Amino acid sequence: MSTKSNEQTKTAGYETFEPKILVFCCNWCSYAGADLAGVSRLQMPSNFRVIRVMCSGRVDPEHLLKGFSLGADGILVAGCHPADCHYIGGNYRTRRRIPLLKIMISQFGLEPSRLQLEWISASEGERFQQVITNFIQHIKDLGPSPVGGG
Amino acid sequence: MADKIKIALYWGGTCGGCDVAVLDIDENILDVAAMADIVFWPIAMDFKVSDVEAMEDGEITCTIYNGVIRNTENLHMAKLLRQKSALMVAFGSCACFGGIPGLANVTDKKGIMEKVYRDTISTDNPDFVTPQPVIEVPEGTLTLPDLYDTVTCVDDHVDVDYFVPGCPPTTNLIMTFLGAVAAFVNEGTPLPPKGTVIASDKTLCDECPREKKEKMLTRIYRPHEIEIDREECILDQGVICLGPATRAGCEAKCINANMPCRGCMGPTAAVQDQGGSMLAALTSILNITDHEHELSEEDIFEIVSQVKDPLGTFYRFSMPKSLLKRSVTEKSGGK
Repeated sequence: MSTKSNEQTKTAGYETFEPKILVFCCNWCSYAGADLAGVSRLQMPSNFRVIRVMCSGRVDPEHLLKGFSLGADGILVAGCHPADCHYIGGNYRTRRRIPLLKIMISQFGLEPSRLQLEWISASEGERFQQVITNFIQHIKDLGPSPVGGG
Repeated sequence: MADKIKIALYWGGTCGGCDVAVLDIDENILDVAAMADIVFWPIAMDFKVSDVEAMEDGEITCTIYNGVIRNTENLHMAKLLRQKSALMVAFGSCACFGGIPGLANVTDKKGIMEKVYRDTISTDNPDFVTPQPVIEVPEGTLTLPDLYDTVTCVDDHVDVDYFVPGCPPTTNLIMTFLGAVAAFVNEGTPLPPKGTVIASDKTLCDECPREKKEKMLTRIYRPHEIEIDREECILDQGVICLGPATRAGCEAKCINANMPCRGCMGPTAAVQDQGGSMLAALTSILNITDHEHELSEEDIFEIVSQVKDPLGTFYRFSMPKSLLKRSVTEKSGGK
């Protein structure tokens, strides 16, 4: 197979590439935000699966690494805005965890932007829609994850 | 029982320290000699692979395998010894979860060859001559074991009955294991359940003697940057200690020598990924104050960037058994 036809195959693959996206939402803010986006009938791509956790601080690095190892193309962690955490400081732990994890997954050769942390409150349905739409578009541009069973 | 049991010891990809640790059990070695005949031990005794090949299947009571599966020879010997042994024991951090050689999973065979045989400053090799697995010379064909791209552990390839972690396993752990085998041989006491890790199920912090306080680090120090207090928790002093994410059973040897734990006992039974576990523990106590909401994302990045080389720090002994197992290379990349 020539290089050119190889490239064509790749491009063709990207056009049809539908990423697998995992979204961790905290129970008190972001899940309610996602719910609001849903009941408001805001349109967004359907590539993502939401996992509700009690707090973004509950999201262990093991959950995220397991997600990537099973073939997730991108993972979004959503929690309450700083100073809004239901548990006072859970999101501050997340706020340390995700940036350090991004540095670490880049050492594993994974693009750090495949992991994203966003603050979404219960009233921000529109923001949830925008964040999800932008993130999925970004992952589509990046292409399939180089690790895991994907 | 009159008949002695047969023990084999073998090294895969390893430094040899595990074999020395076996010799280091002092006078206990006499008890071992009374109980067992050593039938194969490349570092110390002159048996050949052909001697092992000539044995019946299952004839060796117990093979103590240390080291990783780095090349074709390691894998061949692991399979051969498994076939000839009733019990197979992964001995030491490398055999259990990759150890220091496992860190080679940040690169691959090509990367290693280029670094070692071309790119190091002390290497003068303009023709890039590298060892070949097969070469024809006038005298005939010479062969060498071939490196794999990825370091794996012995239980990734063959059935393993017990795991004895540690770099190297302490005398106590070795004697606990050999004691269990001796009790089985002499008194018929049942062996531990298959898959048992011969160590504690708790974390190192549980057996650490130091005084622990409410944890909140203001900054991270590398061990050479401060004088570590001998009484206070090392992590409380700002030096990364892998105690919270590491299995106990080593009697806190490094802690007692006033050095932080580096994680050689591997993850606890409750988690899969030692690095993720430590990352979670450390980031929960990393300079979180009442002024947190005033910090920008850049400030946060600066705080977490104090951790130099998170992969090498958190997975120092367990990269091949981490959830991601190895770094992405051109070959493994999906793009």
